[in-house]
Amino acid sequence: MFTYFRDIGLGITTVLKSMGVAWRHLFTPSVTLQYPTEKWTMPERSRARLLNIIEDCIGCGQCARVCPTECIRIQTEKRGKEEPEIVASNGTAIKLRTIVFDIDMTLCCYCALCTFACPTHCLVMTPAYEYSVYDKREHVYHFAKERSKIDKPPGGPSPAAA
Amino acid sequence: MESIEKLLQLIPHYEGLPELLRLALPMLVSCVLVFALLALAVLFLVWLERKVSAHIQDRLGPMYVGGWHGWAQTLADALKLLLKEDIVPESADKVLFKMAPFVVFLGAFAAFVVVPFGAMSFVTDLNIGVLYVVAVGSLSVIGLIMAGWASNNKYSLYGGMRAAAQIISYEIPSAIAIMTVIIYVGSLSMVDIVNAQKGGILHWFIFRNPFVFLGFVVYFVASLAEVNRTPFDIPEAESELVAGYHTEYSGMRFAFFFLAEYANMILVASVATTLFLGGWTSVLPGGTQLVPGPILFFGKALVLIFVQMWLRWSLPRLRVDQLMYLSWKVLLPVSLALVLGVGWLAVDW
Repeated sequence: MFTYFRDIGLGITTVLKSMGVAWRHLFTPSVTLQYPTEKWTMPERSRARLLNIIEDCIGCGQCARVCPTECIRIQTEKRGKEEPEIVASNGTAIKLRTIVFDIDMTLCCYCALCTFACPTHCLVMTPAYEYSVYDKREHVYHFAKERSKIDKPPGGPSPAAA
Repeated sequence: MESIEKLLQLIPHYEGLPELLRLALPMLVSCVLVFALLALAVLFLVWLERKVSAHIQDRLGPMYVGGWHGWAQTLADALKLLLKEDIVPESADKVLFKMAPFVVFLGAFAAFVVVPFGAMSFVTDLNIGVLYVVAVGSLSVIGLIMAGWASNNKYSLYGGMRAAAQIISYEIPSAIAIMTVIIYVGSLSMVDIVNAQKGGILHWFIFRNPFVFLGFVVYFVASLAEVNRTPFDIPEAESELVAGYHTEYSGMRFAFFFLAEYANMILVASVATTLFLGGWTSVLPGGTQLVPGPILFFGKALVLIFVQMWLRWSLPRLRVDQLMYLSWKVLLPVSLALVLGVGWLAVDW
């Protein structure tokens, strides 16, 4: 008999207690972010879409070699002797002309190994994360700007400007 | 209905209409009026429920449709449900399956006939009003078990059976809790009950004596179970039974179950308002009516509905045995004791 009444009392008090908790939360500010209108400020060094600063690229192909998903495709050709000497921003001489530098972001696994391999730090990950498209072919980013100086390009479609 | 009849008499040549039409027209108009108001209220309450639940869980809820805090979300949802395909399972009992949602809704809808929303705004004043509400209100259990059986689905059947067990069990304490008020008034008419509470907040039955206050609590808890709201939502327990009795329903028929659920919520809140919270009468002592009765009535009912929602998002679902324990071993003895207490106070020794 005692436990019967104690249980009823316990039931009432716990219900009131849980209602109190719910009432407090009714007025705590919401944690929802109204995404398309409000956005996270991404951390400065967050790793999302890849970007190649093609002016600094020496065409060494280390990024393509280290990539676990093989999403980077590079084609280079030797620069002619008569062409003016150019250097990357860290002083490395650029001896190869990068005619194809494609990154397929549908394959990228965001491991960032390529950025560590890059000797001139021209391949970086940017905080840009909103790049959905309707056609997945648009996810192949073409970074190479220079066209082949040789008459016949060494195969593959001519790279469009990024 | 009298006020509607007066309104209809403004139609030119109303007296010249055939007898049958003059009899049917006021009924039809009041039916449509109640239905329209009910549907509007349900649309609002579904939105409110989503908002309340969202804010209790530190979310925002619907925010886009219609501009201001997603006010048109339920409008869009209702439109979607009406346009969706009406799927009837191959092995279902087609007739019962199609009928069930309307039977469920009928129970809630028909009970509104006797609820006095204001001094003049009620459809009819039955001299057995409270009994009628209790009787018609439990009609919906037939619809629920019909839906559960006709779906030919184990989850639906479980849901229907649970609904029957639950609603019938909780009818008893809720009806006995209503008795505490009826002993005071000595009448079953809803209008008489409201009139007996005129004169401000201290004249409401809930504040007249402690037994009636506890009677209100018992009625409120039992009514939660009668309308299948959490913590008593075992007939549609989604984690066990998919959706209970309405598992197989889609489109407009599902919408009707939804409508019935919220209409039932409004019904029990309205009945509790009428019986315990003074109906449409004023809050102020002395009984000066500053706001129109119907608005006050809906305000009081809305507070009760908000408490229902608040409870829903605070408490977990009860187990079947706990549910039966609460009804038969706690609420029933307590309500009987309350009736005895009120009777003891009411007797002029």
